[in-house]
Amino acid sequence: MDSRGVIADYVGMPLSVRLFPTCLSDVIGRQTVLDATYVLERIGMRVEPLSGATCCGQPAFNSGHDAPARAVAKTTLRALDDGTDDPILVPSGSCTSMVRLHWRELFHGTPEAEAAMRIARRVRELSSFLSDHVDAIRSVEPALTARVGYHDSCHMLRELKIKDAPRTVLGAITGIELIELGSAERCCGFGGTFSGRYPDVSVAMADSKIVDINDAGIDLLVSADPGCLLQLAGRLSRTGSPVRAVHIASVLREALA
Amino acid sequence: MSTPTTDDSLGGTPLPIGWAAPAHQPSDDPLTEATLTVRMQEGLARPFQREAIANATDHTIVAMEQRFAGTAHDELREQGRKIRATAIANLPDYLEQWLAQADANGTTVHFAANDGEARQIVADICLEHDVSRVVKSKSMASEEVSLNSALENVGIDVVETDLGEFVVQAMGDRPSHVIAPILHRTRGEVREQFSKMAGEELPDDPAALTGFAREGLRHAFLTADAGISGGNFLVADTGEIVMVTNEGNGRLTTSLPRIHIALVGIEKLIPRRTDLAVLLPLLTGHGTGQLITTYVSVVAGPRRADEPDGPEQTHVVLLDSGRSGLLGGPFEEALHCIRCGACQNICPVYRQVGGHAYGWVYGGPIGAVLTPLFRGQKDGGELSHATTLCGACDDVCPVKIPLHDLLLGLRQRRVAEGCVGWGERATFAVWGQVWSRPLLYRASTAVARGSLRVLAKDGVVSRRLPGLSKWTAGRDLLLGRRR
Repeated sequence: MDSRGVIADYVGMPLSVRLFPTCLSDVIGRQTVLDATYVLERIGMRVEPLSGATCCGQPAFNSGHDAPARAVAKTTLRALDDGTDDPILVPSGSCTSMVRLHWRELFHGTPEAEAAMRIARRVRELSSFLSDHVDAIRSVEPALTARVGYHDSCHMLRELKIKDAPRTVLGAITGIELIELGSAERCCGFGGTFSGRYPDVSVAMADSKIVDINDAGIDLLVSADPGCLLQLAGRLSRTGSPVRAVHIASVLREALA
Repeated sequence: MSTPTTDDSLGGTPLPIGWAAPAHQPSDDPLTEATLTVRMQEGLARPFQREAIANATDHTIVAMEQRFAGTAHDELREQGRKIRATAIANLPDYLEQWLAQADANGTTVHFAANDGEARQIVADICLEHDVSRVVKSKSMASEEVSLNSALENVGIDVVETDLGEFVVQAMGDRPSHVIAPILHRTRGEVREQFSKMAGEELPDDPAALTGFAREGLRHAFLTADAGISGGNFLVADTGEIVMVTNEGNGRLTTSLPRIHIALVGIEKLIPRRTDLAVLLPLLTGHGTGQLITTYVSVVAGPRRADEPDGPEQTHVVLLDSGRSGLLGGPFEEALHCIRCGACQNICPVYRQVGGHAYGWVYGGPIGAVLTPLFRGQKDGGELSHATTLCGACDDVCPVKIPLHDLLLGLRQRRVAEGCVGWGERATFAVWGQVWSRPLLYRASTAVARGSLRVLAKDGVVSRRLPGLSKWTAGRDLLLGRRR
């Protein structure tokens, strides 16, 4: 926890943060971003507007197309590099890992290399940031009666090594029963462009998880990655499962209603 | 096909002549012609295969985790990584050292620059020494070069003696996993095949089925003129070949016939025999969860004058076939692989589609890396996309090969070398132009968001949409709910 976080928690001074919406949210709908903003403000943070950010470049980067990836990422880099030291929160493990870990490679040897390092240090995955402020979350008394399973996104788990933080955040909500899924760490089959290149394999991978999800007797399947949620929610819905897949920010938002 | 000598006094049941002839002759390059998508569909279309793979691989992963629980596993992996990195970074030196030692041990060494040379060298050794039957222990290198059909073409009877490979050969099939070749087959299929070979209904009992194979194999061992094996490691400071097996067939293959031929990739070198203390537990622990395999064979050349048994000649065919070209390059780490199969076991894509979907010899993440590197972009390039980049393979690799990075690097190389269709290039080029301009980005996402809203019913798009059909065929599209 950085010193400013301590101040926010214990002195109640609003901590100013930036929220990078990510492209998926801009295309599918901004509910996750609105929910995250609501939660952050409820625990006393000021969410500053961020203008000009587009996409982290991951769709092209992971397909091997570095040049367009760099062009798009550069636009976002410039928007994020606003001269402040405010944490930049990202409601997506995958985009966070792109900015924190892969921008370094993407901008290596370019004039943006230094700024990329600067941004990498400021960027935080949302739930890991929230887990640093779990006392502040508890103080606003979130409550929701639900049996919840958590899905670890691959990039968040294996690249950012974030496993406990989202569980800590969910644990701060009164009434939530967290049930560990046997398949929690197995890929959902999204894989960005993979889901469109090989849709049948992608769906089969989702199904192998959904068997476990349906058997677990949970109401909500929670994740911190909109990509995984797009995939799992889409397949759960198509197969008529009663389980609802939701972003961790939206769970918190519901719990604070 | 020649008639092998069948001396029944040697024990065992003679195999029906020609039983081993594959149902179809694999082509010179077995990379199948069907596209990756079609091959994956074929894998998906075998639900039993998916279940069998899931069960077997889950079992192996649990066994691996139990094997290393409470041990300094990560440190061992790091030691393994360093040994492999040292070996590959100094491969020419270690090769030279191994050659000198192997020569002193009385081993005859041959170099095969490519698959064709490997086939020719092995066939020549066999023909020169009047070999009419060879027994083989499991060797992925021999799968790479399609050795069996080459030997059969010059009239040599080839008998695979690993139980899984025995089934593969009998069915005219191909292995689908580096250490579990018939992961994709059911016991019923094996029973059916063996019953056909036996000319009678065999019971649905693993022991009985194995017994049938053992009978025939015992006879094959006793009547073979040469044994062909692979090798798990080549030990530079001793000139030895090290093999791990669980069935004992490897030891019989290397010691019973009068000639032993080992076909081994040049990357199998390790600096010292003491390195085995690290690499053997990593190989067996990650491969099967075993502390050590039932057999670990260290072959140090032909029978010495004072020894009662062992082959009269030991030949090692060192296989390059694309390996040396990787030295010093960005994909060198692919050569660190010790072929344990753990990345296949953990891979969520492999678990759905099986090994044959990868089209060549190696499946799973390492197959998606090695195939384009060994066979070229044209044949194997798309394989680097047959993964979600989930990174589970990185975490399970005993020698910490960064498979995720290698796969990503191969995708970049495909683009750089112009192996990507114009449609994909144009899409990303336009995307790059539009999304690097905030105004255009906002406009394009607003249009997309708005269109989806129009198409959605209660926040759910469930119809098949042109342009989105690949998504909506199997999945709904759930839009963020407005409150």
